[in-house]
Amino acid sequence: MTTEAGTTEAGTTKPGRWASGRLADAVPVLVTTLVVLVLWYAGAAWLNLPQAEEALARSGKPFGGLDLLLQTYSMKRPILPTPDQVVVELWGSLTGYPLTSPRNLLFHAAVTAQAALTGLAMGVALGTLLAVGIVYTRTLDASLLPWVIASQTVPILAIAPMIVVILGNLGFTGLLPKAVICMYLCFFPITVGMVKGLRSADPLWLDLMRTYSAGGLRAFWSLRLPASLPFLFASLKVSVAISVTGAIVGELPTGGQAGLGARLLSGSYYGQTVQIWAALVMAALLSVLLIAVLRVVERLVLGRGGVQ
Amino acid sequence: MHSPSPSRTSGATGQPAPAPIVQARSLSLVYPTADNRPVTALSEVDLTIARGDFVSLIGPSGCGKTTLLRVIADLEQPTGGSITVEGLTPEQARLKRLYGYVFQAPALYPWRTVERNVMLPLEIMGIPRAERQARAREELQRVGLSGFERKFPWQLSGGMQQRASIARALALKPDLLLMDEPFGALDEITRDHLNLHLTQLWRSTGKTCVFVTHSIAEAVFLSTRIVVMSPRPGRILDVIDCDLPRERTLDIRESPEFAAIAHRVRDGLKEGHSYDD
Amino acid sequence: MSRETTTNTHTTSLRTAVDWGLVAVALPTLAALTQPIGARGGETLGWFGGSLAPLFLIGAVLTVLAGRTAPTRIKGAWTELSGIVLAWLLPLHLLDEGVDLSAGAGVWLFLVAAILQLWRVLGALSARPGWTRSVLVPGLFGLGLLIAWEILVRGFQVPAILLPAPSRIAGALVQHAPVLWDDFRQTVLISVLRGYLMGCGAGFAVAILADRVPFLARGLLPLGNLASAIPVVGIAPIMVMWFGFDWQSKAAVIVVMTFFPMLVNTLAGLSSAERIQLDLMRSYAAGYGRTLVKLRLPNALPFLFNGLKINSTLALIGAIVAEFFGTPVVGMGFRISTEVARMNLDVVWASITVAALTGSGLYGGLALLERATTAWHPSMRRR
Repeated sequence: MTTEAGTTEAGTTKPGRWASGRLADAVPVLVTTLVVLVLWYAGAAWLNLPQAEEALARSGKPFGGLDLLLQTYSMKRPILPTPDQVVVELWGSLTGYPLTSPRNLLFHAAVTAQAALTGLAMGVALGTLLAVGIVYTRTLDASLLPWVIASQTVPILAIAPMIVVILGNLGFTGLLPKAVICMYLCFFPITVGMVKGLRSADPLWLDLMRTYSAGGLRAFWSLRLPASLPFLFASLKVSVAISVTGAIVGELPTGGQAGLGARLLSGSYYGQTVQIWAALVMAALLSVLLIAVLRVVERLVLGRGGVQ
Repeated sequence: MHSPSPSRTSGATGQPAPAPIVQARSLSLVYPTADNRPVTALSEVDLTIARGDFVSLIGPSGCGKTTLLRVIADLEQPTGGSITVEGLTPEQARLKRLYGYVFQAPALYPWRTVERNVMLPLEIMGIPRAERQARAREELQRVGLSGFERKFPWQLSGGMQQRASIARALALKPDLLLMDEPFGALDEITRDHLNLHLTQLWRSTGKTCVFVTHSIAEAVFLSTRIVVMSPRPGRILDVIDCDLPRERTLDIRESPEFAAIAHRVRDGLKEGHSYDD
Repeated sequence: MSRETTTNTHTTSLRTAVDWGLVAVALPTLAALTQPIGARGGETLGWFGGSLAPLFLIGAVLTVLAGRTAPTRIKGAWTELSGIVLAWLLPLHLLDEGVDLSAGAGVWLFLVAAILQLWRVLGALSARPGWTRSVLVPGLFGLGLLIAWEILVRGFQVPAILLPAPSRIAGALVQHAPVLWDDFRQTVLISVLRGYLMGCGAGFAVAILADRVPFLARGLLPLGNLASAIPVVGIAPIMVMWFGFDWQSKAAVIVVMTFFPMLVNTLAGLSSAERIQLDLMRSYAAGYGRTLVKLRLPNALPFLFNGLKINSTLALIGAIVAEFFGTPVVGMGFRISTEVARMNLDVVWASITVAALTGSGLYGGLALLERATTAWHPSMRRR
C-alpha cells in the first residue's frame, strides 16, 4: 500500500526493531504503573487522613505531619489501604495458614476456580453444541442465534442469587449453582466464536472435500473443527475471565462460606477493607493465571496441529 | 547515470521554456534501518516536468517510482537534493493544495455518498456549500458519473469508484494531477476504457499529469514523456519523448510509431535489469 | 456467501426429509389418540370424553392438510402455523377447564407433534431472507419457548418457588408495577444512566487524549487488557463504602467497569483508518482536528458502538450487583436480594423481567442507532 521501498525497509528491520521494541513497549507501561501507584498512595493519604487524625488525637500524644502521614498508611481498617498493606495481607494469608484453612486465600481461590472451570467446561459443551446446530441447520440459525445474543443483554449476574436459591431449593448446593451461572455467562462467546470458526473453513477446501466425495462428518472433523480452533481459543480467553467474575458473584448470596466472592462479602460486612482488596487482587491473579495457562495450551495445540 | 536536460521538451518546439511545474535536482531518499543497511529508494534523481506534459514513471517494483511521486506530493521527505513544485517546496505546494492525488485504490469514504466524497477536499478548503456541490457535479459529469451522485461507493463498480476518485482530485482544480497506478487493480477492458477517458480529460483540461504505472502500453498510450526507472538504487535510466499526436484513440496502439516507442521503453527497462544481474 | 456453498448439502437433505417430517408429525399424533388427555376429578379423560379437544384436533389436522395443498411453500407454512397455534392452545384450554394434564400422555404426545410441526414451519419460513427470516422466525421461536414454559409449569404443577409460569410473572409485573417503576427509576434512570454516560464519556475522552499522546496509549492499553481479564465488579463493596448507599456508589462502579472497554474500543477504532485515507487527508493539507472529525471518528463508529453495546450490559450488571452491597430501600438489586430472602419469588421474577427488558432495550436501542449511523459499513449491508 505504501512505497515499494517502504515495505522492504519494514522487512529488513524487523529483528532489530523487535528487540528495541520490547524495551520501548515496557517503558510506558512502567511509567503508567508508577503513576497509578503514586496516585494510589496519594489517594490513601488523602482518604485516610480524617481517620488517622482521630486515631492520633485519641492517643493523646503530640504529633507532626510525618507521623500523620505514616499513620494514614498503617490504619487497621483504612478507607483505602496502601498497596503494601494489601501485599502483606495477601502474603500473610498465603504463607501463614495451611492450604485447607479458610484464612488462606488460596483455599478460597481454589473454590472459586473450581466453580469457574466447571462452569467453563459446561459452557464450552453447551456453546459448541449450539454452534454446531446453528451452523448445520438453517432453522436454528434463523430462530436461535438472535436469542443467544439477546440472552446476553440480560444482566445475568443480577439473577445469580436467584439461580443459587432455585437450585438450592432443588437440593443442589455448593459448586453446581455457581457453575451454572458461569456456564450461562460462558456459552455465549463460545457459541458466537464457534459459529464463526466453523464457518471460517475456506469454501475452496470444502469444495475440495466434495471432490473427494467426503461426507459431512468427515468434512466436520478434518476441516471445520480444526479451522475453528483459533476462534475457540479466542473465545475461551474471553470466557474464562467472565467465568471467574460469574463464580465470584455467584458466591455473594451464599452468605460467606468459601470462595473469593464470600471473602468480598464478609470483608464488606465487617469493614475489613484490606481483606477486600486482598481478595480482589487474588481474583485478578486467578484470572490472569487461567488466561496465561490457556495461552500456553493454545500455543501447544495450534502450534503442533499446524492449523495456522 | 542518465540525467535528462531540462530543455529537452521545450527545445523541440523552439519556444522559450515556461517555468517547469516540477523540478528535481539530484534528489535522493535513503531509509535508515536498524541493521545499518540503509535502503536507497531514490538516488540522484534529476527530473523536470513542464506544464501541460503527461509524464509517466515506469519501472519494476522497488524502482522508487511511487516514492518519487510521494516526494512530489510531500507524503515523503527526501534526504538529499532539492525539489520544487510550482516553484515552491512540496510542503508549501501541499498546504496551498496545488495538486490532486489519485491513489492505487479509490480510497472513497464508505460513509459518504459519491457526491459528498468529491466534495470532501472542498469542505476542507472551506468552500461554501453551494459552490462545493456545483463543482462536485461538474467534475462527476466530466468523468461520466452523472446520475450516481447519491450512490454510496460500494454500489459502484471498481472502475466507477476510481473515476469518482479522479473527480475528487479534479475538484480541487489543480494544475498538477499525481496518479499512482490508478488503474492497476482494474481489468484490462475497464483499464483501456479509462485510459481513453483519461487522455481525453488531459487534452481538454490542459493539466499536467504525473502517472505511475508498470504497463508499457499504458505509459506509451498516455504520455508525452516516459521516465524509465530502475531499482537498487531507485534511479532514472532514461527519459523517452513520446511524440505521438496529442489526440489519441485506442487504435494508435497498432501503429508502427507506437511500437517503436514501446520498444525503446522495453529496451530501457532491460538495461536496468542487466545492471543488477 | 460461503454459507450458500457450504450448507447446500444440508439444505438438500432437509428438503428431502420434508415428507419424512410429515410422517414424524403424524406418528406422535396417532399415538396421542390412544392415550388419555388428562384427568378431571380423579378420573382419566379421553380425547372424546366430552371436552372440546376433538375440535382442536380436527382443526389442526385440517390446517396441515390445507397447508400441504397450498400453491406455494410459504402460503402452506402460514396455514400450518395457524394449526400449530390451535395445537398449542389445546393444553391451555384444558388447563382452564381444570383438567390435570400431568396424567395426560395424549396431550404431551400431541404437543411433541406440534413442536415438530413448528420446526418444519420455521424451516420453511427461514428459507425466506429479509423480514421473515430476521424477525418473524426468531419471534415465533421465542413465543414457542414461552408457551412451552407456561404449559409445562402449569401442566406439571411446578411449585412457583422453583419456577412460576410466565402468566404469573406477568401478573406480578402488573400487581407490583409502582414498586418496580420506582426500582427502575432508581437503578436505571439514575444510577445506570449517569454512570454509563460518565464512564463512556471518560473512556472516550481519554482515548482521544491517548491517541494524541502515543506514550499514554502504550501505557494504558496493557492496563485496559488487564482490566478486561479481571473481575472488576468486585470493587462494588469498596465503592459502596466510599460513596455511600445512593446512586454515586453505583455510578462509580459503572464508571470503573465501562471506562476501559470504551477506551480500548475507541483507540482501536481511531487506529483503524487506512494509511491511504490518511495520505489523502494529508494531501489536502488537513490538520489533526480535521482528519479526526472527517475521517477517523466516522471510521471508528463501528468500534465505538461495539464499546457502547458491551458497556450497556456491563452498566446494568454493575448497578445491580453494587445494590446487593447496600442501597437506599429502592432499586432492582435491592428488590431482588431482599425478596429472595423473603421467598417472595414472584416479585423477584418480575424484577428480573424488568432487568432483562431493560438490558435488551438498551442494547436494541444502540443497535438501531448503529444501524442508522453506520449503514455504510460492510457488516450492515448484507440484507
